[in-house]
Amino acid sequence: MNEQASSGNIPLPAGTPAPDFALQATPDRTLRLSELRGRPVVLAFYPADWSPVCGDQMALYNEVLEEFQEFGAQLLGISVDGAWCHGAFARDRKLRFPLLADFEPKGAVARQYGVYREGDGTSERALFVIDREGIIRWSYCSPISVNPGADGILKALEQLAPSSSARTSDVAHAGAAEARA
Amino acid sequence: MTGSELSPPVGSSDHVEGPADARITLVEYGDFQCPYCGMAYPILDRIRRRMPGDVRFVFRHFPLHQIHPEARHAAEAAESAGAQGKFWEMHDTLFQNQGALDDESLVHYAKLAGADPDIVARDLEEGTWTKRVRDDFRSGVRSGVNGTPTFFVNGYRYDGAWADEARFLSALQDAARSAPAARAGSPSASRSDPPSAGAGR
Repeated sequence: MNEQASSGNIPLPAGTPAPDFALQATPDRTLRLSELRGRPVVLAFYPADWSPVCGDQMALYNEVLEEFQEFGAQLLGISVDGAWCHGAFARDRKLRFPLLADFEPKGAVARQYGVYREGDGTSERALFVIDREGIIRWSYCSPISVNPGADGILKALEQLAPSSSARTSDVAHAGAAEARA
Repeated sequence: MTGSELSPPVGSSDHVEGPADARITLVEYGDFQCPYCGMAYPILDRIRRRMPGDVRFVFRHFPLHQIHPEARHAAEAAESAGAQGKFWEMHDTLFQNQGALDDESLVHYAKLAGADPDIVARDLEEGTWTKRVRDDFRSGVRSGVNGTPTFFVNGYRYDGAWADEARFLSALQDAARSAPAARAGSPSASRSDPPSAGAGR
């Protein structure tokens, strides 16, 4: 598994400003990372839609969403699949967070973050926690066949967490955003 | 990150089956509506019979509610039966009957498992065990559970094969060999004194 994991890719490390991008979240809606400034962002790169249900990383994050929201954080899934594919996958799995299509030019954002797998044509299974100012505070690249779980993300979010009052207002804000969606 | 660690460790609030001094503590985070957990159930049963005395088995709940809408209530029904001393009977009955897990069926299974069905029905309605199940789920998230089933062997997440029974068995046998015998030297191993303990007297 280690050979598979070390494809030579090194994800952008903590302390790096997160490269901005604009990607399709649905066939008719584009999401720009910098729009989320002011909230922590969890960026979860994964190789492909439609991996087996129970072990699926996105299905897990869908269950853990409330835990992320306690930190006011916005979760974004991202893979090289197209927006229509993401739409079908998200509907089928009842995903409650956006999936971004790093589709054209293929894997361009994954490359910027240092997590594109040339041979496979997909991204790594890589996680980034970005703070309110848009700086990467934690990154992790999992062996491609191992679903990394959510514990690393939660620990990183915990370390970002500012005063409890700011957290509370963010939770309220997140709730309002969800209600609108 | 070198392997996710079980947190909190196995304690008095856990459902435990097997000897306290077993070399292997095998924790499953499972979901009664998950087909993969259903597949794992007979495998675990056979493996434990192949390693008598070596495995202490612990089950914690990790219901994937969004994809398995009946899993939370199934877990709560198991807790309700557990409060009546019938956790493992209910655990087995649920995995043997994954096809129907609606509330009415759960209450029926409680009766089959030897628990009082009226108490289970009332507990489901009142949400008596909702927090207990949620606490298990949260501990799983914190421990790095990444799907169901997820196993921990002696406190660390096991990322190897389990559906391949022979490989799972041999991984556990290896772990048993490298584990300290009967957890000697551990301050919690209070059942038998180390041989040297009496020498000083």
